Amino acid sequence: MKKLLQKLTETFSPSGYEDAIREVIRLEVKSLADEVRTDALGNLIARKKGKSAAARRIMLAAHMDEIGLMVTHVDEKGFARFTGIGGIRPAAMTGTRVRFVNGTPGVIGTDRMTDASRAPSLEQCSIDIGAESRKDSAVKVGDVCGFERPFLDMGKRLVAKSMDDRIGCLVLIETLRSLKDSPNDLYFVFTTQEEVGVRGATTSAFGIDPHLGLAVDVTATGDTPNCLKMEVGLGKGPAIKVKDSGMLADPRVVAWMIAGAEKSRLPYQREVLEAGSTDARAIQLTRSGVPAGCLSIPCRYVHTPSEMVDLDDVQNAVKLLTALLGKPLPKELE
Amino acid sequence: MAAFGPSQIKLLEKLCTAAAVSGDEGEVRSLVLEAIKPHCSHVRVDALGNVLAERKGSARRRLRVMVSAHMDEVGFMLVAEDGDGLYRFEPVGGIDLRQLVGKAVLVGSKHTPGVIGARPIHLTTAEERKRTITLETLRIDLGPGGKADLGDRAVFATRFIYNKPSIMARALDDRLGVALLIELVKEAPENIDLLAAFTVQEEIGLRGARVAAHALDPDLAIAVDSTPANDLPDWEGKENEAYNTRLGFGPAIYIADGSTVSDPRLVRLFATAAEAEGIPYQYRQPGGGGTDAGAIHKARAGIPSVSISVPHRYGHTPVLLARFEDWKNTHTLLQAGLRRLTPGILAGERK
Amino acid sequence: MPELLPFIKNLCSLPGLSGWEEPAARLIEERWRPLVDQVSLSRVGSLHGLKRGTGPEPRPAIMLSAHMDAIGLMVSGVVDGFLRVSSVGGVDPRTLPGQLVNVHASGGGEAETSSLPGIIAQPGSRLLPPETNDGTVPLEYLLVDVGLPAEKVKVLIKVGDLVSFASEPLDLAGGALAAHTLDNRVSVAALTVCLEELQGRPHAWDAWAVASVQEETGLTGAYTSTYQLAPSLVIAVDVTFAKGPGSSDWQTVPLGEGPGLCMGPNIHPKVHKALKEQAEKLEIPFTLEYAPRHTGTDTFAAQVTAEGVPAALIGIPLRYMHTPVEVVVLKDIQRAGRLMAEFIASLTPESLQTFAWEK
Repeated sequence: MKKLLQKLTETFSPSGYEDAIREVIRLEVKSLADEVRTDALGNLIARKKGKSAAARRIMLAAHMDEIGLMVTHVDEKGFARFTGIGGIRPAAMTGTRVRFVNGTPGVIGTDRMTDASRAPSLEQCSIDIGAESRKDSAVKVGDVCGFERPFLDMGKRLVAKSMDDRIGCLVLIETLRSLKDSPNDLYFVFTTQEEVGVRGATTSAFGIDPHLGLAVDVTATGDTPNCLKMEVGLGKGPAIKVKDSGMLADPRVVAWMIAGAEKSRLPYQREVLEAGSTDARAIQLTRSGVPAGCLSIPCRYVHTPSEMVDLDDVQNAVKLLTALLGKPLPKELE
Repeated sequence: MAAFGPSQIKLLEKLCTAAAVSGDEGEVRSLVLEAIKPHCSHVRVDALGNVLAERKGSARRRLRVMVSAHMDEVGFMLVAEDGDGLYRFEPVGGIDLRQLVGKAVLVGSKHTPGVIGARPIHLTTAEERKRTITLETLRIDLGPGGKADLGDRAVFATRFIYNKPSIMARALDDRLGVALLIELVKEAPENIDLLAAFTVQEEIGLRGARVAAHALDPDLAIAVDSTPANDLPDWEGKENEAYNTRLGFGPAIYIADGSTVSDPRLVRLFATAAEAEGIPYQYRQPGGGGTDAGAIHKARAGIPSVSISVPHRYGHTPVLLARFEDWKNTHTLLQAGLRRLTPGILAGERK
Repeated sequence: MPELLPFIKNLCSLPGLSGWEEPAARLIEERWRPLVDQVSLSRVGSLHGLKRGTGPEPRPAIMLSAHMDAIGLMVSGVVDGFLRVSSVGGVDPRTLPGQLVNVHASGGGEAETSSLPGIIAQPGSRLLPPETNDGTVPLEYLLVDVGLPAEKVKVLIKVGDLVSFASEPLDLAGGALAAHTLDNRVSVAALTVCLEELQGRPHAWDAWAVASVQEETGLTGAYTSTYQLAPSLVIAVDVTFAKGPGSSDWQTVPLGEGPGLCMGPNIHPKVHKALKEQAEKLEIPFTLEYAPRHTGTDTFAAQVTAEGVPAALIGIPLRYMHTPVEVVVLKDIQRAGRLMAEFIASLTPESLQTFAWEK
C-alpha cells in the first residue's frame, strides 16, 4: 500500500493535466472493476456492477488532480513567471522545487524582498529551470508543473506532496480491492479539476446520476502548535464530515457512516471544517439533488509540498468504506 | 431552617421578570413590600425609594445588623424620538455596547415590546463588520406607529430559565440578593436586630445604600450582592488567573474590592462559620469593583462592613447565569454567620 | 382557514437550520396537505406541493419557491464545558453576544435529543488574544454556555450538533412581528396564503409550491427542485431589506407598504411586468426594487437550471435581516400571497408565449 501511495504521490498531474496519474490509477483498477472508462473531462470511472437491476448507484469520488503552477511568461534570461493552479500558499513557495509535466525540473526564487518577514506574492516568484535564455528554455507559456518532493515514510505517519488527494485515490483503489461483493452499483470516480472548482465531479455525477454520493478527500487538523482551533486530529480515525465552508453533508449520509463505524468498531471523528470544500458539494447539486457526504482523511499542512497523514486513519477509512458499501443502503437513503 | 428550593426559585423568577432600572425601581419595590410586610414590625420607603425594614430579635443583647441588597439593575432610558415607533436611548449603568444588537427589549411600565436591530449582514462589508456598532446608530423599534414616552426605561426582554444546576435570567444581579434578603426577613436569627435595606441606584454609584446606612445607623453591615464569575477558558489554553469568582465554588466573601476593605473580623466570622458548617465558600479575588458596602462603611462615623456575593456569569448583559447551589449556599452561609454574631465581635479594635 | 399569525410564530420558532430542515418541513406539510393535490419531498428534502391546473394537457407549470431553511450555528468544538461554534449561513458575530440559544444535543441518546438552553458568551478581553481588544469579537472566540458541568457537556454534546436561536416572537405595534428566522418562514406563509386564495378558484396551469432547502448555504434546494419539476416559470418569494435604522439606501424598501417587485438580469422582464400589472389592477401596493447583478435568492438557481427558466422575485420587506429580531408587517405577507394567487389565476394556456422575449 505504501508503495502504491509513493507511486501515486510522486506523479505530477495538476488540475486539467491528469493524464499521467490517470494511467497510474487505470493500471491498478483495470483488473478490479467490471468496467473502466474516461469521460469528456478526463474523469476515470471504474464501475463495480450491482447484482440486480434494482441496485442503487453509489458514486465515490476522489480527485486525482493536484495543485500546481502554470507559466505565464518566460523572460529573456529564461526565468519563468507563473500563476497558481488551485489554492497555492505563497508562504510555501520560497526554495520549493517543481517538476513540469514534461519532466523538466525547476526551483523557485523570489524578487528582492524589502521586508524579509513577509511572504512573497506569486508575482514576486519565478521558476529557474537552469536555462540561460528564453531561447534555450524547455518551458513555454502555459506549461504546468507540480511541486517536487519525494514521498517520505515515517512509519505510522506518511508525508508527500499531493497527499491531497492521492490519499483519497489510494483509499478508493484499496476499497475496490478489498470489496468482495456489493448489492450496490458502485462507481469509483477519480475526478479531475477539483482544485479549480470541483469541475470533474460536476460532470461525472451528471453522467452517472447516482442515488448517493460520497467524496473521499483530506481535511485539515487542529493538532499542531498554535494552529486553527479544530477538533480533528491525526490518528484518531477517519473524519465523517458534517459541514465544511461549502457544504452541509446530508444528515442521513452522516448518520449512515457513523452507524457503520460504530457497528464495525472503527474509530471516527466528526468534522466541522471552516475552510474548503470537496467534490461532495458538486454531487449534491446534481440534477434533482443527491444525498451526499464526505469521508475525510485528516491531513496536516494541506496545500504545502509536505502533507502528512496517518497510516491507521487511511486503513480505517478503507475498512469503513468496505463495510458500508458491502451492504444495502438503509431505507432512508434508498 | 426552612427548606430552600422551588418556592424561592418562583420568587426569584417573579423578581427577575420585574423591571427596575436604576432610579425606577417601583416594580421590584412593590414585590419586596408585598413579600416582607407580614414579617416585619416596621417597614418604610425613604426619600430615594429604598425599602428599609426592621425585624427585632429576642435575645437580650443584640447587635443592630444592616443587610443590604440592591433592587436596581442596568438598563436604558428613551431620550429622543425619530418618529414611527423609533427611539434613541442611553444606557443606565455599565453596559457593554456590544451586547445590544439583535435583542428584544421591554419599554416603560406596560413592558411594551421593542427590538434593537442592526443593518443586515448582506449590506455590510467585511471591513465594517470588524468595527463595533455605535450607540448613535441604534434605535429601539416598537413597530410602525409604536408609542412610548421619552424618559421611559427599558430592559432586555429575557425569559427566566432554570435547568436544574443553573439559572439563566436577566437582572440576577442583584435579584439573587434581593430574594435572599427577603428570605432573611422571613426567618431572621433571634440574636440580632435585622435592619434590611433593599436599596436603589446601586448600579449608578451606590446612592441608595449611602442614605440607608445613615438612616439605619447599624453596628455593622453586610452587603449581599451578585458578583461576576469570569471563569471561562482562556483562548490560548493558559490558566485563567483572573476569574474574580468561579461558579460552583460557593458564596464569595470579599476581602477587598475597589471601594471597601472589608472588616477582617467579619471576613473571619463568615469563613469560620462556613468551615464549621461545611458550607462551600470562596474569596472573591481582591480587585476593582464595588458593592453597597462601599457606601455603607463610610456612613456616619464608619460602619464595619463586609460583602458576600452569589457568583454569576455574564453580568450586565441580556442574560446572566448562576448556579442554584451557589445561591442556596449563600443563604445558608448568611444564616450561619448571622447566628454567630455577638456584641463581642466588635468589642476590640479592628484587626 | 386556520389563522396565519400563530402559524408564522410556530414556524419561525422551529429550528430547521440549513441542511436540517425537517422540523420546518413537517409543520409546513401539515398546513399544506389540505390545500394541494399531492405533497412530496425532494431527494435533498425540499417540500413540493402540487395544485393541479384545469387546462388541457400537457399543462404548463409555475413553481413558487420560498426557502424554509434558517441560519444558525453548529458546534465545532467542546472546551472545558463550553462550546465553540461555527456558523450555518451568514451570521454577523456582532449580533451574537448575549443571545439565548437552543443546543440540539445528540449525545444523550433518544431521551435527551431535546434541546438544551444556552447563552452565547463573549469571554472577557483578558481571556482573548490581544487583537480582539475591546472591539468586535469574531465568531471563533465566542462560546456557548449551557450551564451544565463539563463532564455532562462532554457526553451530551458532539461536534456537528446544531445551535438555533431561542428568542421568542414578539408582537410589535402596527401589525408588526419581531422574531428570529422570519427570513424566510414569512415567505412560506405567503405561499400558504396563495394556496388558500386558490382554493375553489380554477387555474389553468399546474402550480407547484416549493419550500426549498439550503438557500442560505448556496441555493441547493432551488437548483435541484427546478431541475426535478422542470417548470415553465418560477417565482421565488424571499424577504427583502426594509428601510429602518442603519439601512436606508437604494437597496431598501419601506416596511408595511407592500411587497417589493424586483428587476434586473436575474429576472425575466416580461414576467416582472405581468406581476406589476397584476398588482396595479388589484390595487395591491408594491415597491419596485433593483438588483443590477445578482439577487442572491432562489431566483438565480431557478433561472440557470437545465435549459433555463423565466424567473421573477417577490420580496417581503423585513428589517434587521439575519439578526434574531427581524421585523415584518403581516399585511405585506398577505399582499404577497394574494398577488401570487391572482397572478396564477390569470394565467391561460397561451400565457407562456406572452413571456417570450421576441415574437
